[in-house]
Amino acid sequence: MIHLVDMTTETLKRTPLYNHQQDLGGRFVDFHGWELPIQFSSIIREHEAVRQSCGLFDVSHMGQIDIKGPDALKLLQKIQSNDASKVAVGRAMYAHILNEKGGVVDDIIFSRLGEERFFVVVNAATAEKDFAWMTSHAKGLNVQVTDRSREYAMLALQGPSAVKIITTISPSAAELKRFGALEERIYGQHVIITRTGYTGEDGFEIVMPVEISVRVWRTLSVNGHSQGLLPCGLGARDTLRLEAGYLLYGTDIDDQHTPFEAGYGWVVKLKKGDFIGKAALERQKTEGLRRKLYGIRLTEKGVPRAGADVRVDGAKAGELASATFSPTLKTGIGVGYLDRADLAPGAIVEVSARGRGLAGEIVQMPFYKLDRS
Amino acid sequence: MANPEKCRYMESHEWICSDEDGATATIGISDHAQKEITDVVFVDLPAVGRTVTKGEAVAVVESVKAAFDIYAPISGEVVAVNGEVGENPALVNESPHGNGWLYRLKPADIKEADSLMDFAAYQEFLKSATH
Repeated sequence: MIHLVDMTTETLKRTPLYNHQQDLGGRFVDFHGWELPIQFSSIIREHEAVRQSCGLFDVSHMGQIDIKGPDALKLLQKIQSNDASKVAVGRAMYAHILNEKGGVVDDIIFSRLGEERFFVVVNAATAEKDFAWMTSHAKGLNVQVTDRSREYAMLALQGPSAVKIITTISPSAAELKRFGALEERIYGQHVIITRTGYTGEDGFEIVMPVEISVRVWRTLSVNGHSQGLLPCGLGARDTLRLEAGYLLYGTDIDDQHTPFEAGYGWVVKLKKGDFIGKAALERQKTEGLRRKLYGIRLTEKGVPRAGADVRVDGAKAGELASATFSPTLKTGIGVGYLDRADLAPGAIVEVSARGRGLAGEIVQMPFYKLDRS
Repeated sequence: MANPEKCRYMESHEWICSDEDGATATIGISDHAQKEITDVVFVDLPAVGRTVTKGEAVAVVESVKAAFDIYAPISGEVVAVNGEVGENPALVNESPHGNGWLYRLKPADIKEADSLMDFAAYQEFLKSATH
């Protein structure tokens, strides 16, 4: 066995749920400067709970930004790739914020709460960068951009039983369609709930003032207990999202890669009007891709790891960005950029692991639906 | 079930315990280790009949977190491996001293185990920051 070292320090940021999660037996790690639980019981048990019943995640480290004013839609259209004009009040949308080269600054979900009001959820590691980016591009526009990250906590309730359990804090949320959004008062405070998630299952993301976060967590946990609800940490969050083919910003996409290269062309609406990165993406569309992010599933026993070499037709074609052992498929899975734009599902690849080459194949994502026929 | 208090331990968290007949010894990883590495998803065990040297890497335990080499606490011949952990790797987490055992050796010299930590020494070792 290697030597195992505990890396947490006292200078890490903590969410309002920290003490409660310590009481629940959470095992904490440093996640981009935040002290967060990687698991409570077992990563695989937590993963399975989400796929089969329900899991509850503290995602309060993520950032929240308000965009308000007559030019709110204009700003949003300028800075992100998707078509926000298609988002009615009470709806949410997934999008990529791009730079001039078409590279991804962050991936976000924004909700329209009013004609001139949008609420944007951003990644924890990029929240400050995103706020600065939005603020600088808001110059000359009649719009207010406010960073609300410190005021808000956020929980994710995910799994087939989530729709039953959410009624214990919000009966109206159970009526939302997928990517629907609502705001209402819960425990006397302003709460935003979207029917969204990062797991590939049905579920809800709940944004609330920090003051009521522990109470909301407790209510959902206690009421979900009989349904098999488990508290879940970052470990299960990662295995779930990778199985669902969702990107992890900073690992699977970053400012050096475009949505097209990541296989996320569907978040780019070139016809919506001008936006930052549009010209670069149009060029890339014309020229064709030189590299693409592929889903890879191992066809022999073993566990692929991030950074592993991927060989195609005898030559190194790239490396795995994210990789894990899929609890649902019980096989290794990963994603990586390969310098081949022509590979189809079924194409054979070889993934390096501990000095050996493990056989694998390109697969269509999401991974976890592969065995469901 | 190997009684943890009767086992000897390596600094790399393997335990070794003499079997009842005294002719063989069983090896696994400690409860501390299984907690640290988290969910075990794959175990690669040595071939039966293989001769191993004390300190040699003879098996691999892979968890969601990382892959870990398992070393031989003493020299000997591999006489059995636990087929069950191949089918159900989670046994290593659930029962690291019981059904999650890894392999069995016929020791070349059982006295080689005397230089390993006993249960009390291993607990002290865990308390120190150097593991």
